[in-house]
Amino acid sequence: MVPPQAEYLDDDDDDFDENLVEVQDVSIEFGTQHVLRNISLSIPRGQTVVLIGESGCGKSVLMKAIIGLIRPTYGSVFFDKQDISQLTEKEISRERKRFGFVFQNAALFDSMTVGQNVAFPLKQHAKYSPAQIEELVISRLAEVGLPKSVVVKKPAELSGGMRKRVGLARALMLNPELVVYDEPTTGLDPIMSDVINELILRTRRAYPVTSIVVTHDMHTAKKVADRVVMVYPISRLEEDEPQILYDGPPEGLDECRDRRVRQFVNGEAGERLMEMHIEESGS
Amino acid sequence: MSYSDSSVYRIQHSFNDWVSDWGRAVVETVSSIGSFALFIFRTVSWLFTRLPKRETLLPNFYQVGVQSLPVIALTGTFIGMVLAVQSFAQFQQLGLESQMGAVITMTLVRELGPVLAAVMLAGRVGSAMAAELGTMRVTEQIDALSSMGSNPIHYLVVPRFLACLLMIPCLTIMADFMGVAGGHFFSVTVYEVDSHHYWSNARDFVGVFDIMSGIVKSVFFGAAIAMVSCFQGFHCAPGAEGVGQAATKSFVYSFILILIMDLLIGIAVEAIYMSIWPDGPRLF
Repeated sequence: MVPPQAEYLDDDDDDFDENLVEVQDVSIEFGTQHVLRNISLSIPRGQTVVLIGESGCGKSVLMKAIIGLIRPTYGSVFFDKQDISQLTEKEISRERKRFGFVFQNAALFDSMTVGQNVAFPLKQHAKYSPAQIEELVISRLAEVGLPKSVVVKKPAELSGGMRKRVGLARALMLNPELVVYDEPTTGLDPIMSDVINELILRTRRAYPVTSIVVTHDMHTAKKVADRVVMVYPISRLEEDEPQILYDGPPEGLDECRDRRVRQFVNGEAGERLMEMHIEESGS
Repeated sequence: MSYSDSSVYRIQHSFNDWVSDWGRAVVETVSSIGSFALFIFRTVSWLFTRLPKRETLLPNFYQVGVQSLPVIALTGTFIGMVLAVQSFAQFQQLGLESQMGAVITMTLVRELGPVLAAVMLAGRVGSAMAAELGTMRVTEQIDALSSMGSNPIHYLVVPRFLACLLMIPCLTIMADFMGVAGGHFFSVTVYEVDSHHYWSNARDFVGVFDIMSGIVKSVFFGAAIAMVSCFQGFHCAPGAEGVGQAATKSFVYSFILILIMDLLIGIAVEAIYMSIWPDGPRLF
């Protein structure tokens, strides 16, 4: 199927300078398990791209490959025209100061307080006095709607929504150019999910950031995305089918002609139900 | 297919399985050893490029050194007393009770002190390190460190390695001291061995070389504990089971490594000793 907004995939060389992230023909394999196959994706500066797809389709792996946490088996990932799959560990570490990563479960350091967590990137990479760091921590926490009193708390004392907001505050500490959100609303109630969506939008308005959001949540996808990319599991594809089933604006999702995209958007089990019946009758 | 054909097929099939299982095991072992060697190389290379900050080092030194001190002092004392109990009957039969000082002190400073301190450290600190780092791996905290441009080996492993490397000699000295004190206390107060002869025999037969050989040995043990425990934590399998396995493996592998190194270093130290003092002091 031809993606409805193929222009994103067909960026010519003149547009390359505008792309902050360029994924070129990336395949990733873990032993005998093939997770990504010939993925190509260009993300221009300032764009918010939402990666959607069912569990196990490889969207989190793609996101980790973009920030250099996983090296592609084949292909290249360019960040600001640098092939990060070719950089040494030291060079990648330096580049990562330009990324902010919001983890699914926030991944806060549980041996530290909230304040120490948020201050961590500054202490590691910048030279500020303790008073300046404290001031910056409090102002970042205020931006994500958290009071000064949480500074002394341990992550275990916070709710899921608060932890995610602390994670966002920590990710924004070094004024990153690229912010990556891994399942930002998973496990949250609808109200807190909307708060997180608003924070993603607010962050984009306040800072000139490019954002990649990995989610299953179609409400989040439609609300925050400039562009939606849907990845499909290799095991369910034909040999010659592209793994990206949809690449276009969120408004185009409902009209997409691909049945698999519509099923995902509308939350329909489709042929999975038939597979379950076959398995049941087989057993 | 005839009956004999199917039997041949089954035998061939099981042989192929056997070869493939062995092949896989060999490949996995070689690959693990390679990863471990690379892990050690990365850790050691940080020691020559950039050391961690003081506020990262000190808590690790405190945890490994200060917090291990009471338990090592206690076990050292009891081992010294147990040595006195075990050796007294034998020496009494020969009428050489006062030689107990030499035997107990020599055994403690050369062997039991360093090994005891190392085993206690592997159990108390090594398993905790593996579990802590394993939990950090499972909950993506190590990925979070990397994503913020910090090197996890520099931030997490190097301080633990340095703490084990530099604190274990102190712990060994404490185990030696408490063991010698415990052995003396029990021999003198319970078995009424003459204190003066006990100490003079100990002084005659145990030299600085013996004490230093034990302390140098302990440095190797400390390095092995830190490396094995941190490696297990970093390569922890997902879930609670993975963290548990990492903690168990870290202790078991550290313990085996301590014993192997003890033997090898013991042989090397003995060879050095004999080359320096071919007619060194002997008990009999």
